[in-house]
Amino acid sequence: MRASRSAIAWTALAAAGVFLLVAPFLFRPYGIFILTTWAVLTIAAIGLNLTLGYAGQISLAQAAFVGIGAYITAWLTTRGWPFWSTYILAAVACFVIGWALGYPALRVQHHYLAFVTLAFNTLVYLIFRNEEWLTGGIYGITNVPRPDVLGWSMSRPRDFYYFCLAHLVLVSLATWWLIRSPWGRAFVALRENPTRALSLGVDTRRYTLMAFALGAGLGGISGALYAPLVQFIDPTPFALALSLNLLLMVVVGGSGYFFGPFLGAVVAVLLPEWTRFAQSYYLMFYAVLVMALMVFCPSGLLGFADRLLRPTPLKTPAATSDPATGPEAAR
Amino acid sequence: MSPVLSVRDLRKSFGGIVAVDGVSFEVNDGEILGIIGPNGSGKSTLFNCILGQLQPSGGEVVLDDRPVTGMRPCDLNLLGVSRTFQLLQVFAQLTVRENLILAGQEHQGTMLSRLIGRRDAGLSGAADRMLAFFRLEHLGDEPAGALSYGQQKLLDTAMAFMAGPRLALLDEPAGGVNLTMLANLRDRLRAINSEQRATFVVIEHNMEFVMALCHRILVLAEGRIIAEGDPAAVRRDPKVIEAYLGH
Repeated sequence: MRASRSAIAWTALAAAGVFLLVAPFLFRPYGIFILTTWAVLTIAAIGLNLTLGYAGQISLAQAAFVGIGAYITAWLTTRGWPFWSTYILAAVACFVIGWALGYPALRVQHHYLAFVTLAFNTLVYLIFRNEEWLTGGIYGITNVPRPDVLGWSMSRPRDFYYFCLAHLVLVSLATWWLIRSPWGRAFVALRENPTRALSLGVDTRRYTLMAFALGAGLGGISGALYAPLVQFIDPTPFALALSLNLLLMVVVGGSGYFFGPFLGAVVAVLLPEWTRFAQSYYLMFYAVLVMALMVFCPSGLLGFADRLLRPTPLKTPAATSDPATGPEAAR
Repeated sequence: MSPVLSVRDLRKSFGGIVAVDGVSFEVNDGEILGIIGPNGSGKSTLFNCILGQLQPSGGEVVLDDRPVTGMRPCDLNLLGVSRTFQLLQVFAQLTVRENLILAGQEHQGTMLSRLIGRRDAGLSGAADRMLAFFRLEHLGDEPAGALSYGQQKLLDTAMAFMAGPRLALLDEPAGGVNLTMLANLRDRLRAINSEQRATFVVIEHNMEFVMALCHRILVLAEGRIIAEGDPAAVRRDPKVIEAYLGH
């Protein structure tokens, strides 16, 4: 059973890989734009999945980090800075701010933490909107250039799509490494039972801060790609709605599953487009679909697939298994 | 020789309720000390104060001549103090082997080496030996949550020994374990004690288990030590009989 599970997973992965490689030749520019948005937002969702899905720390501030990354890149590249320096700066700045935002998580948890991070998101949004001298306010920053790679311009949609896809692959590999390292195990321990983790020498304070900082850093990378994707940024996309949307991606895909954010982002980015046949009702149609999904698969799409394919338990079922987290968590 | 652990005049109160009321004792190298007492006598609170899970209201905890009062549990663990909890606390979603590796990994290398180094932190061999020692070797790749209660209890205890602790504090290791498994557990604990000269403090309600395992026993009632001595002496002590039977 285990072998067939991994065969199914590898086949699905290979099919998805082939599709992602040939997709730009199948779609018009708008389709490529949507697919690039998927790749960029998946990076932010992978970050949130680290913070929430693996380390168990709820955050409603991921949009703020995407925004900070986007504004840093937009502001600096429009002033002539090379893309790569702004990209690194965006990731590092978000890592540091994310670390600082982790401190409240040492004192409050769950819905209290959700509110602290929600307030942070609102604060950052207000700075984007009101500090016109810095951010351009509601007029935003226009003409954000797309980067060059080794003299090759990424300005065409297809090239920029591959550029973002390459980032997604690199971020995925790094995250895969991380969650399979002792850090990943410590994150799961922090999520499952912080008291016991602490008694086993796991410095829960340091890992909590690290979970926030890494998740935020990936948010920053996502933002650094988002700015040259849309080429015009204003505060609106980085409001709380995007944080909730990213949370939706993590939860719908399967919180704590490595591939959860990829699938979740398909639902959150592509599904609304695919439901456009319902014309002006498409968002209502989409909302009903998401509701149905959460009712029938509360542990997300991968949680649902995992339940279908899981081998029969040894003796008793896992007494403490939580429907909101995946049993494949650290594997 | 100085004791491994000295507890001096330890106190803990919650509002008006005094849970631990001036407890002092020492644990010597290689000793198995039992702590018994009726429900609510302050045993687990005492453990939690020693181990930094709760801040004591007063008193001092000294580990190998080093004051460690109120130190964070993770720092104490890295100094060689491990524990189990009264309620079963294994990580149900990790495999049995992963639970054991987790229990030892923070003692290996640095944060950086744990990120870029080996996935098992070099502990697979140690985990397999521990599995064999606790006779769980056939279950290494199963999620801990799929094990029976008794097997999980063994795993919980095994995790306390993964880092080769100087001192292990076990809170009711025999609670809810069936008779066959209990004999196995007692046998394993004795073996660790004699082979590794590990020092234990054990809280236990199962009198037969504690009397057979421990070298010395403290009896706690209403937050105070009311008797101390070898198992035979404690069993005969009228104060102990009174505390348990309430007359």
